[in-house]
Amino acid sequence: MSVILRAENISKQYRLGLVGTGTISHDLNRWWHKVRGKDDPFLKIGEVNDRSTKGESDYVWALKDINFEVKRGEVLGVIGKNGAGKSTLLKILSRVTSPTTGEIKTKGRIASLLEVGTGFHPEMTGRENIYLNGAILGMTKAEIRSKIDEIIDFSGCERYIDTPVKRYSSGMTVRLAFAVAAHLEPDILVVDEVLAVGDAEFQKKAIGKMQDISKGDGRTVLFVSHNMGSLQRICTRALLLENGELVYEGSVENTIEKYIKHGERNSKTLINNDLNLPLCVTGAELISDSKGVIDVEDDIKFKITYKVNKADCENSIAIRLVRNGTILFTDFVKINDEYCLDKQLGSFQVISKNFPKRLLKSGSYSVDIHVGIIKKQVIQRVDGVLDFDVELSSKHGYNSSFSKDRPGVIGVNIDWDLML
Amino acid sequence: MKTTEDNWLYTISSKHKLIDLNLKEIWRYKDLLFLFVKRDIVTVYKQTILGPLWFLIQPLFTSVIFTLVFNNLGQIQTGDIPPFLFNLAGITAWNYFKECLTGTSGTFTKNQNIFGKVYFPRVIMPMSVTISNLLKFGIQIGIFTGFYLFYYFQGSGVNININIVLFPIYVLLMALLGLGFGMIISSMTTKYRDLTILVGFGVQLLMYLSAVPYPVSEAKLKFPEWVVPIVVYNPLTQIIEGFRFMLLDSGTFSWTSFGYTTLISVVIFLLGLIIFNRTEKSFIDTV
Repeated sequence: MSVILRAENISKQYRLGLVGTGTISHDLNRWWHKVRGKDDPFLKIGEVNDRSTKGESDYVWALKDINFEVKRGEVLGVIGKNGAGKSTLLKILSRVTSPTTGEIKTKGRIASLLEVGTGFHPEMTGRENIYLNGAILGMTKAEIRSKIDEIIDFSGCERYIDTPVKRYSSGMTVRLAFAVAAHLEPDILVVDEVLAVGDAEFQKKAIGKMQDISKGDGRTVLFVSHNMGSLQRICTRALLLENGELVYEGSVENTIEKYIKHGERNSKTLINNDLNLPLCVTGAELISDSKGVIDVEDDIKFKITYKVNKADCENSIAIRLVRNGTILFTDFVKINDEYCLDKQLGSFQVISKNFPKRLLKSGSYSVDIHVGIIKKQVIQRVDGVLDFDVELSSKHGYNSSFSKDRPGVIGVNIDWDLML
Repeated sequence: MKTTEDNWLYTISSKHKLIDLNLKEIWRYKDLLFLFVKRDIVTVYKQTILGPLWFLIQPLFTSVIFTLVFNNLGQIQTGDIPPFLFNLAGITAWNYFKECLTGTSGTFTKNQNIFGKVYFPRVIMPMSVTISNLLKFGIQIGIFTGFYLFYYFQGSGVNININIVLFPIYVLLMALLGLGFGMIISSMTTKYRDLTILVGFGVQLLMYLSAVPYPVSEAKLKFPEWVVPIVVYNPLTQIIEGFRFMLLDSGTFSWTSFGYTTLISVVIFLLGLIIFNRTEKSFIDTV
């Protein structure tokens, strides 16, 4: 497949703080350097863009030396925390702003869907807005006319189509806007977080449409989202941005895993030993046959240590297994009956008996523990109490449904019989 | 090594040419231009009772007040022309320029929402303002024609001049000047808003220096000597005066001043276009 877009050393510098009389001296300084044919003096002093720490300089690099290529027909996801530079990158790609240094070369026309409903005029009807919005996104009137029925149908707003858009619900506005954008025919479509709005049915439709766009028509999509589920479903490859730098580029699965791990490092929670709680968990452990790396074939056992501080407590311990931000399941241990022998106080341990083999695909997992009364109250909550990796060693040649790159959150082996 | 890979459609880069007009792209977006014009026209009367009548009320009332203040009270001579018609002609022309200037001078600040999300040639926006103002101007010219015919049949010394063929050119000159100044101001207000405040009252003051409520001959006679060149060399004065000359056959017209005005208008327009083009690349970071 040929390269359709190439970004070379893209950087973007922003100045923080207020614009006022203070900034004019910098502007004059910059201008004076330019007049004498020298480089911009402020380009040298930028800092890494870390939102949460206080910096020395007023200048930050929202993006720093980003290089990547996109091939025709690829759906590229862009992942990163808030302020990592995702939107800045998309803004540069959609030509809303230009990079401070570097350049992006493209062989196709780029249309963006940064935030839907842009340019909708509340006083105009849905139909008029389809034309206007379509034209803003780069379609000609003839193109829109040939697709108008399809667009109205896709939006599902037929009844309201000749009513001013200000009478629409916000979901309907989004539907209409996405419908217009989905019928654009750019070579490269840039999408930012649109799927956060709209009901479940529409989200499904939207994702389907995006898949059609890339698979059916061979067009390229760049997709930014915090929704790992939809990223996994749509994208073929992903970039991970952190503080304006490109830290990882690879398959969606691997990128998401990197992203989740990066996030965890910042929010490490320790189990506390709070005696005021009627019941509290004091430790959690993972026991497996092999030390270190766990194999898909291995037996996995969870051991939880807890302390009962008050007799007759009605509490349960819930254990939740999380993979890349998706909760796989939640299971409970009810402490009040058989596990709290003779209603004694003190420390006890439980161990899991029947954790199924061949369920977890290779990848990174973490365990959350919640203590409380089911459906009523949580008294203790420790997220990420355990982290472990599962690997698929090459010796089991039998199945790749446990491989990381396979779509899906779990691996299940269904045995098939030939029907005669 | 990969020869076919070098056929890039376009490049997004930090470096720009001085004049980067890309007329081909503007042409590709021509439908958008007309849809913006349509939007401006259709939505302006929404939820008003008098609707387009407001376009007529404003110049008529202004003309009446001008006649009262400048002609009755201030004794400004307008020759054979009825002062009301004289003022109406000046105000109609001035209004078009003013609407173009004020409408386009906020292009970047007013549209930062839409400009911050999608790309299209930004110049489409001020162009659409200039075109949709033409409709308003047309309505106002219509009411002027009505009064003109009324005075004509009363036999009060108004005559059409052969220069009426220059009418479209005058309209074009006003549009170029208004658009040019508007684009310059809008580019300069993206970072520092000081100019926005100036535009508010500056346009009002400019009107009095552009021979709108008086003929140039009166200005030459009564203004202090140092003010006269400001009025005479003001390109707008020449447009207003020429506009009245062709419609009413009053005042002066010379090809030299016509040529001078045309030159200034084209220069201002091109300057505006260059500045606008430079600003549009990254104004969204500073707006």
